[in-house]
Amino acid sequence: MSAPSTKGRTVRRWLILTLFGVYFLVPMLASVEFSLRDVNDTHSLVSWKKLLDEPGLFETLTTSLWVAFGTVALTLILMVPTVSWVHLRRPKLRKLVEGISLLPLVIPPIVLVNGVLVVFRDVPEVISGTPVILVLEYVILALPFTYRALDAGLTAIALPTLVEAARSLGASWPAVLLRVVVPNIRSAVFGAAFLNLALVMGEYTLASILLMDTFPVWTVSTGQSEAGVSVAVSLLSLLVVFLLLFVLSMVTGRRHREVTAPIAPTPSRGHS
Amino acid sequence: MTVNSITAEAGVADPAPAAVPARPLPKRVAAWVTGHIGLLPFLAYTGVFLGAPVFMVVLGAFQDNDGVFTTENITAAMSDQFGRSFVTSIELSALTAVLGAVFGAILAQAVLGTKPDGLVRKVVSSASGVLANFGGVPLAFAFIATLGSIGIVTKALTALGFDIYAGGFSLFAFTGIAIVYVYFQIPLMVIVFTPSLEGMRDQWREAAENLGATKWQYWRHIAGPVLLPPFMASLLLLFANSFSAYATAYALTTGVVPLVPIQIGSLVSGNVVADQQNLGKALGLGMIVVVAIVMSIYNWMQRRTSRWLG
Repeated sequence: MSAPSTKGRTVRRWLILTLFGVYFLVPMLASVEFSLRDVNDTHSLVSWKKLLDEPGLFETLTTSLWVAFGTVALTLILMVPTVSWVHLRRPKLRKLVEGISLLPLVIPPIVLVNGVLVVFRDVPEVISGTPVILVLEYVILALPFTYRALDAGLTAIALPTLVEAARSLGASWPAVLLRVVVPNIRSAVFGAAFLNLALVMGEYTLASILLMDTFPVWTVSTGQSEAGVSVAVSLLSLLVVFLLLFVLSMVTGRRHREVTAPIAPTPSRGHS
Repeated sequence: MTVNSITAEAGVADPAPAAVPARPLPKRVAAWVTGHIGLLPFLAYTGVFLGAPVFMVVLGAFQDNDGVFTTENITAAMSDQFGRSFVTSIELSALTAVLGAVFGAILAQAVLGTKPDGLVRKVVSSASGVLANFGGVPLAFAFIATLGSIGIVTKALTALGFDIYAGGFSLFAFTGIAIVYVYFQIPLMVIVFTPSLEGMRDQWREAAENLGATKWQYWRHIAGPVLLPPFMASLLLLFANSFSAYATAYALTTGVVPLVPIQIGSLVSGNVVADQQNLGKALGLGMIVVVAIVMSIYNWMQRRTSRWLG
């Protein structure tokens, strides 16, 4: 193509990106300003200081982190063997597992929690009265992402060859899973784990209806009396999760390049 | 660990013959179980923690407080008050899905024009992941700081002579909720639509140009028809996403705007008369039906997509 039109396209692209950038940044900057407000149109760090004294912050954060850890662990223990087994032994069942895994997209969380209240009404307090029930149900909410991430990861490697090689060298099945399969789909496992984490740290519907004191529930209830503190906490949590995801994308991005570079050089986009 | 070893045994015990001769029924059942044993933990787990709750909702929708069959809940769920909340929910979801899909597609296309390993791509993909999956509650507060009655944008507009709250706007009503929803719908669109845009081959454009097609003709006859199914599929996913959303609307309005998830939430939390125990389940069934219709259209669209963009 001729130079002027390419240049015009570049200008237009950056104009669009800038507009979207402004749109997405305004609420973030507004949050910064809001969290710094003090009485009579002055600004100070008072909300951020109050944040540390606010009762419940560390307790609820700890609860949420434990729930997140439990969810990630249980999800991987359940799904890595299942998806590997299906890929290896019964490829025809992939559609079935995929179908079930995507079902939570059809069931709104507020509906699921309605049923959870009925089903687990009579189980021991240890399960229904503690965040254990959240772990068990968050595994379900995370299934769609988890399945897609693991399925994509396993499709991209030569699973049967790797497993046959390991088995013929005498590895047991657990060893195959832990020392051959998992390291090869490391970035898929990380991706699934991260999305689980983000989901748990932000989930409000189930936690609030089941009356659990998690971090998002605390944020909302604090916001009703101390708006400044809640805005500060929200901003902080968005930033932390964003940084985690950004670091993850740097790490997996580099890995991806290492693998693909020697096989197929990326076709140049700016063909003349 | 137990799951691992069960799976492992299945692998060893699996005879895997190519052609199985006809066998008596008990043996065939046993063969089915050994053949699917790696799937049993998964099926059991989803059965208990997903299947059972959904079943109880569907069952409860047709029962009164004493467990006797009735269609009263369903009738009530479609009555004036709740019927209107379905309409409001569907309107909100449709509006935010269309806006999110259009702007999200524009953003995704612009981002694809930047360097594949560049900073812009990484920032956009990370930010999309955060806002689409994590956003609910934090976003509600970010918007209170922005467009709430004492938010900075509201104050700036008032200083400029546009008092939006005097003009009837409220962050805590339909328009306000729609603005916040679009803020997480755009990132979701970027996530789900980018793979389709990446699947477009440069060769298709080159071939069209070589044959003398104008830019309009390329979009009208090639890119448009190829991208339309994935675009519609993404739009439907966005619809389902905002239709199910509860946290954002609740954190913003504490339940004032009559959306179906909010109504169910207040029925479950016991803010209602006791003889309506199962009304929430009937509303829930209604939501499942709406989302199921939308998602089956989505599936059908997806199958058409994979023909070209795999």
